[in-house]
Amino acid sequence: MAWKTVDRVSQPASDSPGLSEPLKDKIRGFFDRYPTKRAALIPALHMIQDDHGYIGWRAMDEVAELLEITASDVFDTVSFYSHFWTHPRGKKVVMVCRSISCDLLGADDVLSECKRVMGIDEHETSADGSYSLMTEECLATCDHGPCMVVNEKLHKCVSPSQVEKILNDADNDVLDVPRSDLYDGAERNQG
Amino acid sequence: MNEYEPILLRNVGKPNVRQLDAYRATGGYEGAVRALAHTPDEVIDVVKRANLRGRGGAGFPAGVKWSFLPKERDITYLCVNADESEPPTFSNRVLMEEDPHQLLEGILIAGYATQATVAYLYMRAEFAEQFHIMQKALDEAYHAGYFGKNILNSGYDLECYIHRGAGAYVCGEETGLIESLEGKRGWPRIKPPFPAIQGAFGKPTVVNNVETLANLPHIIQRGADWFMGIGPEGSSGPKLFCISGAVNKPGCYEWSMDITVRDLIEDDRFGGGMRDGLKVKAVMPGGISMGILTADELDMKMDFSDPANYGLLGLGTSSAIVIDEHTDIRKVLRNVARFYAHESCGQCTQCREGTSWMYKIANRVERGLGRAEDIELLGQIPSKMGMMPGLSICGLSDGATFAIRTIVEKFRSELEGYVGSVDDEVVRIALEIAN
Repeated sequence: MAWKTVDRVSQPASDSPGLSEPLKDKIRGFFDRYPTKRAALIPALHMIQDDHGYIGWRAMDEVAELLEITASDVFDTVSFYSHFWTHPRGKKVVMVCRSISCDLLGADDVLSECKRVMGIDEHETSADGSYSLMTEECLATCDHGPCMVVNEKLHKCVSPSQVEKILNDADNDVLDVPRSDLYDGAERNQG
Repeated sequence: MNEYEPILLRNVGKPNVRQLDAYRATGGYEGAVRALAHTPDEVIDVVKRANLRGRGGAGFPAGVKWSFLPKERDITYLCVNADESEPPTFSNRVLMEEDPHQLLEGILIAGYATQATVAYLYMRAEFAEQFHIMQKALDEAYHAGYFGKNILNSGYDLECYIHRGAGAYVCGEETGLIESLEGKRGWPRIKPPFPAIQGAFGKPTVVNNVETLANLPHIIQRGADWFMGIGPEGSSGPKLFCISGAVNKPGCYEWSMDITVRDLIEDDRFGGGMRDGLKVKAVMPGGISMGILTADELDMKMDFSDPANYGLLGLGTSSAIVIDEHTDIRKVLRNVARFYAHESCGQCTQCREGTSWMYKIANRVERGLGRAEDIELLGQIPSKMGMMPGLSICGLSDGATFAIRTIVEKFRSELEGYVGSVDDEVVRIALEIAN
C-alpha cells in the first residue's frame, strides 16, 4: 500500500469557503481563555464546521494564519478527531452507537434500518444532501441503548421500527434544553 | 446490605435543580464557602485524610495528587476530565445533567485547594446536551460571583472554561487530555514529567475526574471522618455504579463500595434482576478495559481491591455490562477488540498494531473462519503490548490487554469450539476474497 497524501492540485483551496469576519471575531473571542493561541484551535474548528458544514483547505489555511501556526499543524489536529469533516456532509449527521451495550441490545438492526431508510451506507451522504450516516463509539447512554444521535439530539432506546419516524421528523435535532451559542459558528443565528 | 442515603445523586428528580437558586436551597455552595474560609493546605489536608480516591478509573488519592504540585509556582491549571468514553460508563453524564452546580462547586473547591488560576472542564464532543446544561450553569455561577475575580470576597480568583473535545477516547487519558486542550492531537505524553510538575502549557496541572470533584463539597461540609465511615476501609465514600445490558433496570445508582456484582445485578435497588428471566453469562464490571467475569464470579466486591482477586485490572469506572446466556461470546470479543483498534492513538507500535491484529483475529473467529491457533495467539498478543510490561506510553493498551486476555482465558473452551473446523486453505481463500 502506498502512502496517500493530500492532493492539493485537484482540490484547490479556493473551492472551499474561507472564514468570514464575524467568524474570525468569534474565534478571537477565545484567545483570552488560553495562554496560547493554538489552544483555541479545537473550539475554532467546531465553529468553522458549524458555519461551513465541514473544514475545507482554505478554512484550514486561514485559521492557521489567525492562530499563528502552520496549516500542517491545523491538519494534524483536524485529522486526529473523528468529529471533524474535511469534505461536505449532509445537513444532518446521524450517528448510531456501536459500542458494547448498544450492540448487545440491537444497534446493528438500528443501523441497518437507517441505511435502508436513507438509502446510503455508513460514511455516505444522501443524494439530496439531507443526511450523512456514521457509527460512533460509546455515547455514554448505555442505560438507554440502543441510541443514536441526530446532530446534537440524542435519541434513546431506539427500535428499528422507530427509525423511519425519527428520520422523517423535521425537529429530530431539536434539544429539550436551552442552548448555549458559545461553540456555534457566526452564521447560525443570522438565519 | 445497610441503608444508604444518597449524596452525589441526592438532587436527582428535584425540580429546577439545574438552576442556582434551587441548588442553593439544598445547601449548595456552602461547602465552597466553608473551604474558602480555610487555607488551601487545610482543604488539601481534609481531602487527604478522607482518602478520596480518584473515581476516573485509576483510584489514585486526589489529595496526594494535589500535594505533588511544586511549592513555588505562579500558575496552576486544573483540568476536569469529563471525557467519559469508556463503554459502558455514564455516571459523569448523569452528574452533569442532573446536578451541574454540584460539579461546579467541586471545581471551585479543588481550584482553591490547588490555587489554580484557570479550570478547564474538558467535555467530550458527544456531550452536546450536557455541554449546554453545564455552560448555562457556569454562566449563572459566574454571575453570582462563584467564579471570576475575588470569589466571595476571599481574594481568590478562578476562571472556569468549558473546552469541548472532538471525538477521541484517548483524550480521557490525562496527558492526552492536556495535549488536546493545547489544540493538538490527543497523544498521551511520556511520563515523567508528570502533569503536576509540567502539564498544560508547560505549567503545573492537576487533572481530576468529574465524580471525584462532585464529592468535594460533601467532604468539606461533613468532614473526613464522615467520608471514611462510608463503605469499607481503603474504598471509602459514596460511589456511582452504572449497570446496563440484560437487566430489568439499567441505570446509574449510588451506594457505598460494599456491594457485590451480584447485588448490582439482582437487588431491586439496583439492576432489579435479569430481563425475561435470563441467566447471566458474563459481566464486565468496571468498564470493558478492566476485563470480564464469568457467572461464577459474581461475588466480587465492587471496591478498589477485590477486582484484582478475579484477574481484573481494577475497579475502573465501576460500570457493568451484563451479558446474558444467549449472547455469543464471539460478538463480545469482536466488539471489544474493534473498540480498541479504533481508539488506539497510533503512537506506540505495539498498541497500534496489536489492537488491530486482535480485531482481525476476533473478526475472523466471529465469522467462523478462525484457525485452531488463533485462540492461543489472542492470548499471547496482550502479554506483549501494555504499559505493564513497560512498553506503552499510556494505559489504553493495558485496557485492551485485560479486556481481550480475560475473555480468552475465561471463555477459552467456548471459543475453541468455534475455530479450526474449516480447512486452513479454505480460510485463506475466504479471507482473501473478504479482504
